[in-house]
Amino acid sequence: MSSAQLGLLLYGAWQTILLTLGGMALALVIAFPVGLARVSRNKFLRAVGFVYVELFRGAAVLVLAFWFVYALPSLGWQLEPAFAGILALGLNMGAYSSEVVRGAIQAVPPGQVEAATALNFTPSQGMRRVVLPQAVRAMIPSFGNNVIEQLKATAVVAVVSIPELTFNGQLIWSGNGRAAAVFGGLLIGYGIMALVFMTMVRLIERKVAWS
Amino acid sequence: MNFDWNYALDILPLLLDGLLTALIATVVGYVAALVLGLVFALARRSSKRWICLPVGFFVEFIRGTPLLIQLFFLFFVLPQLGLALSPLAAGIVGLGLHYATYTSEVYRAGIEGVPPGQWDAAVALHLPRRRVWTSVILPQAVPRSIPALTNYSIALFKDVPQLVAITVAEPFTVGRAIIAETFRPFEPITMAGLLYLAVALVLSYLGRIVERRYKGMATA
Repeated sequence: MSSAQLGLLLYGAWQTILLTLGGMALALVIAFPVGLARVSRNKFLRAVGFVYVELFRGAAVLVLAFWFVYALPSLGWQLEPAFAGILALGLNMGAYSSEVVRGAIQAVPPGQVEAATALNFTPSQGMRRVVLPQAVRAMIPSFGNNVIEQLKATAVVAVVSIPELTFNGQLIWSGNGRAAAVFGGLLIGYGIMALVFMTMVRLIERKVAWS
Repeated sequence: MNFDWNYALDILPLLLDGLLTALIATVVGYVAALVLGLVFALARRSSKRWICLPVGFFVEFIRGTPLLIQLFFLFFVLPQLGLALSPLAAGIVGLGLHYATYTSEVYRAGIEGVPPGQWDAAVALHLPRRRVWTSVILPQAVPRSIPALTNYSIALFKDVPQLVAITVAEPFTVGRAIIAETFRPFEPITMAGLLYLAVALVLSYLGRIVERRYKGMATA
């Protein structure tokens, strides 16, 4: 392997990490408002949350990425490819993560809310100071799984020519024609990255676990 | 720019052909995943280390790495080893293999959910090992796995667009061929995306019905 090829792979791996973290960051920014909307007492907010989750869970990352990159320019919007990739990854994962938020909030024992009400907390105080601090801890393991899923999903955006690890691997393959080495190597590379992310997630989990 | 309805209606039959291919890949891939997943789950429970360790490693590796690259591997590497698959066949094998690693976890949970007394009773009745599985454990483990298994059929369908990368004639591949002639990408891409979205929404609605029915049975 030449140093140019190695550089291409390392740059691709770095872009993959950025796409994973960027997509996950966007997903979390979306997940909390949508998850809260889903458990709101306001019917309209619940409906908005429901539509968001159904729509963006149903639309696969590749469908969104294809549309952003190939259809949106016809409407006069030319997105930076990497931005389109993060948008597609984040919008889709945001729907899944908002379900994590909703599930964790609903899993907080109702006695906690009743106690907050009895102590004269307003509903929003009860949510911020009593329910969410408990719910967030319960969300961490699921968010960890979402990070691994997000890492795997980043490979998909190679299809719209974003120069991450898979795309750069394809470039090398089209140069040397050694499919087994390139794609076998890519699989091992993703396996190692998944292992690293998983180890980091476990460390964070241990840090926030109930002591 | 406006959505050109005449153009959209012209290309709709081609895109629907693509959707049919996508559905075939979904159904056949899902059946393969159901069967292979059970094989993986049983192999991982094997008491022979030379079976359970390699299978366990293989399953974890496939589940932890992207489907897209596995598709590339099947489509571009296997021909070099003398096994050339058509695009659709490679796509089905890839989907089936990838989702078998998910369904095997569902089966595992289902098998572990069978009360230990059932094992004891099977031993007490001196049933041969094969019959313990086929008559006692699996008839209880599989039904309780069904809601989770249903969800994976929907997830599998949502991964079918990735077959565009190995030139399976699904809606995006069809759309690209249309664009190569017309140079008008907006309608084909939008319609292909909407077809996928519509089917995914219908499937997830049906999935919820299945889930509710099986939950009702579990409590009844």
